[in-house]
Amino acid sequence: MAIWLAGRRGASYCVKALISTTFRSSRSYTTAFASNGNSDSLFFCGNSSSAAVFGSQRFESTKARQQLDLLSSDDDEEQNQGVDFPGGRVAFTSEMSFLPESSEKRVQCYRVLDDNGYPLSSTQFKHVSKELAVKMYRGMVTLQTMDTTLYEAQRQGRLSFYVTSYGEEAINLASAAALGFDDLILPQYREAGVLLWRGFTLQEFVNQCLGNKNDYGKGRQMPIHYGSNKHNYFTVSSPIATQLPQAVGVAYSLKMDKKDACVVTYFGDGSTSEGDFHASLNFAAVMEVPVVFICRNNGWAISTPITEQFRSDGIVVKGQAYGIRSIRVDGNDALAIYNAVGVAREMAIKEQRPILIEALTYRVGHHSTSDDSTKYRPVDEIEHWKTARNPVSIFRKWVQRKGWWSDEEESEFRANVRKQVMDAIQVGEKIEKPPLADMFSDVYEEVPSNLMEQERLVRDTVKRHPQDYPTNIPL
Amino acid sequence: SPNSLPHSTPFSIKSTNTHKNQKTFLNLSAPLPLLNKSIPKSYKLTFGFHFEFPHLLIFHNPPFFFNFKKMASIFQGVGTATTLSSSASFDSNKFHPSSRRSLSERKVSFLVVRSDAAKMNPGLNKIGGRADQLVTNAVATKPDTSAASTAASKSGHELLLFEALREGLEEEMERDSRVCIIGEDVGHYGGSYKVSKGLAPKYGDLRVLDTPIAENAFTGMGIGAAMMGLRPIIEGMNMGFLLLAFNQISNNCGMLHYTSGGQFKIPVVIRGPGGVGRQLGAEHSQRLESYFQSIPGIQMVACSTPYNAKGLMKAAIRSDNPVILFEHVLLYNLKETIPDEEYVLNLEEAEMVRPGEHVTILTYSRMRYHVMQAAKTLVNKGYDPEVIDIRSLKPFDLHMIGNSVKKTHRVLIVEECMRTGGIGASLTAAINENFQDFLDAPIVCLSSQDVPTPYAGTLEEWTVVQPPQIVAAVEQLCR
Repeated sequence: MAIWLAGRRGASYCVKALISTTFRSSRSYTTAFASNGNSDSLFFCGNSSSAAVFGSQRFESTKARQQLDLLSSDDDEEQNQGVDFPGGRVAFTSEMSFLPESSEKRVQCYRVLDDNGYPLSSTQFKHVSKELAVKMYRGMVTLQTMDTTLYEAQRQGRLSFYVTSYGEEAINLASAAALGFDDLILPQYREAGVLLWRGFTLQEFVNQCLGNKNDYGKGRQMPIHYGSNKHNYFTVSSPIATQLPQAVGVAYSLKMDKKDACVVTYFGDGSTSEGDFHASLNFAAVMEVPVVFICRNNGWAISTPITEQFRSDGIVVKGQAYGIRSIRVDGNDALAIYNAVGVAREMAIKEQRPILIEALTYRVGHHSTSDDSTKYRPVDEIEHWKTARNPVSIFRKWVQRKGWWSDEEESEFRANVRKQVMDAIQVGEKIEKPPLADMFSDVYEEVPSNLMEQERLVRDTVKRHPQDYPTNIPL
Repeated sequence: SPNSLPHSTPFSIKSTNTHKNQKTFLNLSAPLPLLNKSIPKSYKLTFGFHFEFPHLLIFHNPPFFFNFKKMASIFQGVGTATTLSSSASFDSNKFHPSSRRSLSERKVSFLVVRSDAAKMNPGLNKIGGRADQLVTNAVATKPDTSAASTAASKSGHELLLFEALREGLEEEMERDSRVCIIGEDVGHYGGSYKVSKGLAPKYGDLRVLDTPIAENAFTGMGIGAAMMGLRPIIEGMNMGFLLLAFNQISNNCGMLHYTSGGQFKIPVVIRGPGGVGRQLGAEHSQRLESYFQSIPGIQMVACSTPYNAKGLMKAAIRSDNPVILFEHVLLYNLKETIPDEEYVLNLEEAEMVRPGEHVTILTYSRMRYHVMQAAKTLVNKGYDPEVIDIRSLKPFDLHMIGNSVKKTHRVLIVEECMRTGGIGASLTAAINENFQDFLDAPIVCLSSQDVPTPYAGTLEEWTVVQPPQIVAAVEQLCR
């Protein structure tokens, strides 16, 4: 005699068959067999009345569900209080159903301005003052111009390497504008705009790229590996996602000190495949630290498109998996970014919790000067994003319509910035490089004897072969 | 004693001193009578020495061997080097026939097997000159206790090594509120080896932080916190797990101070138990000092006694450099009396465990105890080994090591690392480079084999260098 489960639903019964022990539901009951297989369904699906005949070995419940929230059956609730397990109480269900691998509708994207810079009617957003808006816009133009000029400089051989942020100017500047100066930034490598907002001068940028004596990194790193402790911007480290667990550590120290500041860390879509990403989100949630994780989902990780990077609905859904509040934002919309990051920061500090922001955007430029992206993606796709969906143009339209900016100011400003960058390059090239001793210092707090010895050996070699030693590195 | 070495050891030395005042021929081949024409083929030892029939042994520098106990009576009053060398030297031709008879005759002699280089080798005089000192000191008893490690103060307190580590941790956490502990199960569980027991209730859950299981992540977290001014101590439940943190340790921990131009410093301490334990399996018997030693920017130290464990822990915490502190799974329950007063040891210094004259034995961590056990046997046999616990694995304390090499001219390294690429390999290279002229024999390095540690207890024992092997190596070295 079959033992039927409680919680009958009309004519259909929920039956647990002794077919596979792997499909266990949380209901504790003895296994039951359907006594007959006429129109009884083996498993009940929320929507289906099409019953599988018993013995046909086809399970209705393997069909994907419409929405996640249909899982809890209403009539079960009055009949059970759930069961206790480590982790808490969980209501049980008589329906065996699998969470679908993706919901039918993708998570929606928060947006303030449309592609032509008109505010969407229904969107609420924080009022932005003229001063702030113009500063943001100028920052975006500066970033774009600096990128163009330094990229060309690399092509001319004056720089060894460069990485542009085309297409991501809004993310850079608008997120920086929403933060306080005390908030600590752990960047990946495409966030020069954040440093720009904080007051890093063009000359300082160029000095780092040229690796001259005035570089704060003392010429030890590649170009674009900016770092400045006085701007609260941690030095860029090339391996991706390594900054994520460090961000959690920085936030942990803020929590210990109870500071009114948060940590903001940036990373790309490719970084979300790294183990560090997952562990960091998990840690941040468990430790309840104020970190804002900003993912620049720009569609490409060098030549890997996001369809090959993950199968989830972007990165925003991963936040919930770790217990983190998340939002998806239009990354090409400066105002949307500004709003979202501002609110995220508030939540992170007040509630001492991590927040995940996925900013959808497009990487218009190549991955770096060592890459030619036309090799793996169509040129018209790049052109489309460069023109029709350009964050700088979109914001410009909005600012100009407000009367805060004009075409004359635009051309003048662009020419001005370009000149400044060129001057900075010229000045920077004249500054001498850091001395040889800097190759051995800062490895440890004080130079140990073995390194002193090694430095001495290098100097001896230089003395014997002075013609082979580079002329621009002082001894 | 070496005479009773099991067959698994590479070779055994038979010294048969049945006749006083007569020459004993030392049979250096494995336990087979020398007269037997089917002389055993060469024996490869774990440390790579190649043994054949003794008179064919060629060494770069003439080793000097004699039976100390017997020689003491013979050479009393022999002063000059030349006398000694002349009476001592005989070339291989003469050697050969005597070898045939010797077994039956059991003569006592001391042998100098010389290569051609021995002719003009000034080392011979040195050897001879040393013989006086050797003779007079050989039978004197040397203090076997690690005098250097216990303080003179009588009013110390006794504790176990893991308690010493905890004391060091606690004192530093008390002294500096920026010190915090990050790791798995370090909080209320007190750490898998109880090193952080009682600290979470005292300092709170935030300062003694339990983390989810992601070594790379919590190491990165520690690095981030350190860049902000905290002084985290990152615990790996077992050193082997820190292999997962290699990216953070190599690319960031060792590097960020340098690449940021000195703007951010990383004063972390990374610690945990490592080494071969008792049947922990291959994955939990890793010796990570081999892999980490190459990373620029980090320092490595290995503690071996409660005294130096506490001192090194405190020094590591106070240091502004990232320091990796290697503890050993089997040493946590060592008991010792340590001073009540506060003390901090120097991270770059080695420890003189037992001064001596004949051979320098360099070791660290658990092997120190195997060496000291072997030293007891060696002293009974009349040798006078100098035992140094190198403690600082990166950088090596070449000052103390160098002075020792200049004194004894022979080096034996005993380590737990694998043969290839271990600390011993680096130390051998460093000593060869720096003190080549002072060596009378090639450096001998005893290490574990290049195999994953077997689970079977008996096999596991034989992957680790045992005292009889150390004794044999010293005897070989001092021939």
